[in-house]
Amino acid sequence: MPRTLRNTKYVILLFLILTTLLASPAFAQGSNPPTDDEVNAIAKQLYCPVCENTPLDVCPTQACAQWRDLIRLMLSQGKGEAEIKQYFVDNYGARVLNEPPRSGLNWLAYLVPPLAILAGAFIVFRALRAWKKPATASPALQSEADAPADDYVARLEEEVRKRN
Amino acid sequence: MLAQFGYGILLITFLLSLYAIAAAVHGYFTQSTRAIESARRSMLLTFPLISLAAASLILLLVQGDYNVQFVYEVTSRSMPTYLKITAWWGGQAGSLLFWSWLMSAFATAATLRKWDRDIEFLPWVIVVASVTLAFFLALNILFEDPFARLYQTFDGSIAAYQFAPAGATPVVPADGRGLNPLLRHPGMIIHPPLLYLGFVSYVIPFAFAIAALITGRTDDRWIRLTRRWSLWAWLFLSFGLVLGGRWAYDVLGWGGYWGWDPVEIAAFMPWLTGTAFLHSVMIQEKRGMLKQWNMVLIILTYALVIFGTFLTRSGVLSSVHAFAQSAIGPSFFVFIGATFVTSIALLLHRWNDLRAEAEMKSLLSREALFLLNNLLFMSVLVVCFWGVIFPLISELFTGQKVTVGPPFYERANSPLFAALMLLMGIAPLSAWGHSTMQTLGRALWKPAIAAGLGTVAIYFTYTTHIIALIGFFLVFFVILVTLYEFWRGARARQRAQNEHFFTALSRLTGRNRRRYGGYIIHISMMLMAIGILGIELFQSETQGTVQVGESLNLQHYQLVYEDIARFTGPDGREVTRAVIQVYKDGQPVAELHPRTDYYWEAQQNMTIPGVRSTLADDVYVLLVDWEPASAIGATFKVYVNPLVNWLWLGSFLFLAGVVVAAWPDKDPESVTARARARGARQISAAD
Repeated sequence: MPRTLRNTKYVILLFLILTTLLASPAFAQGSNPPTDDEVNAIAKQLYCPVCENTPLDVCPTQACAQWRDLIRLMLSQGKGEAEIKQYFVDNYGARVLNEPPRSGLNWLAYLVPPLAILAGAFIVFRALRAWKKPATASPALQSEADAPADDYVARLEEEVRKRN
Repeated sequence: MLAQFGYGILLITFLLSLYAIAAAVHGYFTQSTRAIESARRSMLLTFPLISLAAASLILLLVQGDYNVQFVYEVTSRSMPTYLKITAWWGGQAGSLLFWSWLMSAFATAATLRKWDRDIEFLPWVIVVASVTLAFFLALNILFEDPFARLYQTFDGSIAAYQFAPAGATPVVPADGRGLNPLLRHPGMIIHPPLLYLGFVSYVIPFAFAIAALITGRTDDRWIRLTRRWSLWAWLFLSFGLVLGGRWAYDVLGWGGYWGWDPVEIAAFMPWLTGTAFLHSVMIQEKRGMLKQWNMVLIILTYALVIFGTFLTRSGVLSSVHAFAQSAIGPSFFVFIGATFVTSIALLLHRWNDLRAEAEMKSLLSREALFLLNNLLFMSVLVVCFWGVIFPLISELFTGQKVTVGPPFYERANSPLFAALMLLMGIAPLSAWGHSTMQTLGRALWKPAIAAGLGTVAIYFTYTTHIIALIGFFLVFFVILVTLYEFWRGARARQRAQNEHFFTALSRLTGRNRRRYGGYIIHISMMLMAIGILGIELFQSETQGTVQVGESLNLQHYQLVYEDIARFTGPDGREVTRAVIQVYKDGQPVAELHPRTDYYWEAQQNMTIPGVRSTLADDVYVLLVDWEPASAIGATFKVYVNPLVNWLWLGSFLFLAGVVVAAWPDKDPESVTARARARGARQISAAD
C-alpha cells in the first residue's frame, strides 16, 4: 500500500527529527511542560501533512500524534506559534496551513470570489434597470401577469385591511 | 454464475437505454408516436432490469461470495446481514449501480405520468434520462464492474476480471475485508441514499427543462410539471446533508458536524443552486420573469449533481469522505463538459423566446428581493466552488499544494448567510409587483423592534459577542415575521369564516401549502442557525491525561474519570470503553462512555464520543489515548458545544415544512381551481 509506505517514511523521518531534538540541550532545560490545550491550539490551525483535509488536532493517525508531540517539544523549547507553523510549512509545504498563504498566485484564492460576486451584483443591477424600463412589456401581458399572483392570499390581505 | 448474470443484465440495460435514446430522437423528428412509445417502453424496462442486476449483487453480498471483488472488498463474515445489504453503496462500483438504479426508478416514475397535455416533452425527457442512465451504466460496465471476479494469472498476480484471461484460476478468499468501519453507522447507512436520491431527482426537472428548450415550449409548463420533483429532490438533498452532519458529529470524533471538506461542499453546491431555483421559479410562475435564469439554475444544478458525484467518486480531490477512488475521473469530466455545453447552447438558441413578460416595478418588490436572494445563493456558490477547485489550480500552475479550509469559507460566507437571513425576514412582507419603503417599513417595524428587545435580553443574559448578537437578532426577526404572517392569515380567515383560530390556521396552511410550508422551512432554518451560531462561536474544548478518580474541568462541567475496560465486540472489533461521570456545578448529571473501536480486519480505529445532549449545550467527550500497559492514565478530549441540539431540532421541523409544501394533491390543477372557487365563495360570503 503506497499510503502506508508513505506514512512509514514520514514516521521514520519524524523519529529522527525527534531524537535529534530530544538530544539537544534546550530540551533538557525545559521545565514547565506545555499542556495538551496549548498543543491543540496550534495543531488546530495546521492540517495533517499526509491525510488530506484533516486538521492536525483531530487526526487519529499515529503520524499525527507524533507531529503533535513535535509541537509540544517545540513549545517546550520556547518556540512561538508563528515559528512552529513556519517549521511545518518549510518541511511539508503550504498545504499544512488551513488557508493558502497570501502570496503570489495564491492571492487569486482571495480575489476571485469577491470580484465574481461584484460582477454578479453588477449584472443583477443592470437587469433590474433594464426591467424597470416599461418599453418591453405590452399592457395586456402585464395585467395577465399581475392577476394570478396568489389571488387567494391577495383577497385575504384585502380582508385584513378592511377589518383593521 | 450470478455475477455473470448481473453483468449481462447491465450490458442489456445499457444497450436498451441507447435504443431508447435513438428511438425517442427518431420519433420526435419523424413525428412517429410508435417510435416514441417504443422508447418509453424501453425506458420503463430499464427499471426491472437494473433491479434484477441489483438483486444479483445483493444476493452475492449476503451469500458472501468473496470470489467477486466487490463482495470481498466491502463485506466480511462477521458483518450482520443488514450491513451486508447496505454495503451495496459502501464502495464505488456498488454505489454507481445504486445511482443507476435510482435514476431508472425516477425516470420510470416520470414516464408513467399522464402525458396528454405535454406529449411533446416526452421524447426529450426520455433522452435526457437515458443519456444520464447510459453514462452511469457505462461507468459500471467499463471501469467499475461490481461483478468482476478475482483470478490468479500465470505470473502469480491476483486481479479482478469480468472476462478472465486464458489459464487464469479463480481465487476465492476465505473472508472479505469488511465494510469501512466509518460506514457501519446508521447515519451512514441512510445518508448516501438520501443524498443520491436528491442528486438523482434533480435530473427530472433538468430533463423537462431541456425538453422545453428543444421543443420551444417556453412558457412555465415545465416548471409547473416538475415543481414537486424539485421540492422532493431538495428535501432529500437537504436531509442527506443534515444526516451527513449528524454522522460526522457521532462518528468522526471532531467535535463538530461540518468541516468544509471538499466532499461536503460537493453535496452542498447543488443544494445552493436548487434552493435558488425553488425561489426563482416562483417569479416565473407569478410574473413571467427570469425564464432564462431559471434555465441557467437547473442546468447548473444538474452539472453540480454530476460534479458532486464526480468529486466523491473520481479521487480528484481526495478527502476523508472520498473512500472510493479510481480512474473514472476523465469520463466524468467529459460527461459534465459535454452535457453542460449542450445545455447552454440550447439555452442560447432559445434565449430570445425566454424574455421577461413583465417589468420590475420596484426594487423592493418581492421579485426584486428574490433576485437578490438568488444573487446571494450564487455568491455562496462562487465561494464554495472556488474554494474546492483552487487547490487544483494551484497545483496545476505552480506545483504547490495548498489547503482551503474552514477559515476561508467562514469568513466569506458568514456575511452572505447573514444577508440571506435578513432577506428571509423582509421578503415575506413585501408584495409581488410593487412595494415601497413605506409599505415595507409599516409591516416591518413591529417585528424589528420585538427582535431588538429579544437581542437586548440575550445581551444581558447570554452573550455580548457582537456577531452572535447580530445572528440572534436576525433569527428572532425572521421567526417573528414568519409567525406574524401565520397569525395575520389565520386571523383573516378566522374572521371571514367564523372558524376557531387553530382550525383557521390549519386550513390556511392546507390551502396554501407551498407558501406556508415555505414559512415553516424558514423557521426551521432559523432553529438550525441557532445551533450553528452556538457551536461556531461558543464551542470550547480542553484535553488532558488523567488517572482514575481524577477529573477534567470545562465551563460549568467537571468530568471524573471512573473506569476503563477493553473487550472484544460481537463482530470482532476491539472496544476500549471509559466511564466518565459528568457533574454540572457540582451536581451529577450524566454518565458517559466514550470509546475507541479497533477493527482488525480494516486496521482502523474509530473514536466514538460520549455525549450528553441538552437544549443548552452538549458535553462531548472523546477517549483520545489509553494503553493498558502504561501507568500514565487515559487522555480525554472534552468539548462543550452550546446550542448544537437546535440544529437537529430544526432539521425535524424542516422535514415537516417540506412535507407540507410538497404533499401531493390528487390532481394539482383541479385542486387549485377548487380552492380558488372556494376562496371566492368565502370572500363573497364574508362581504
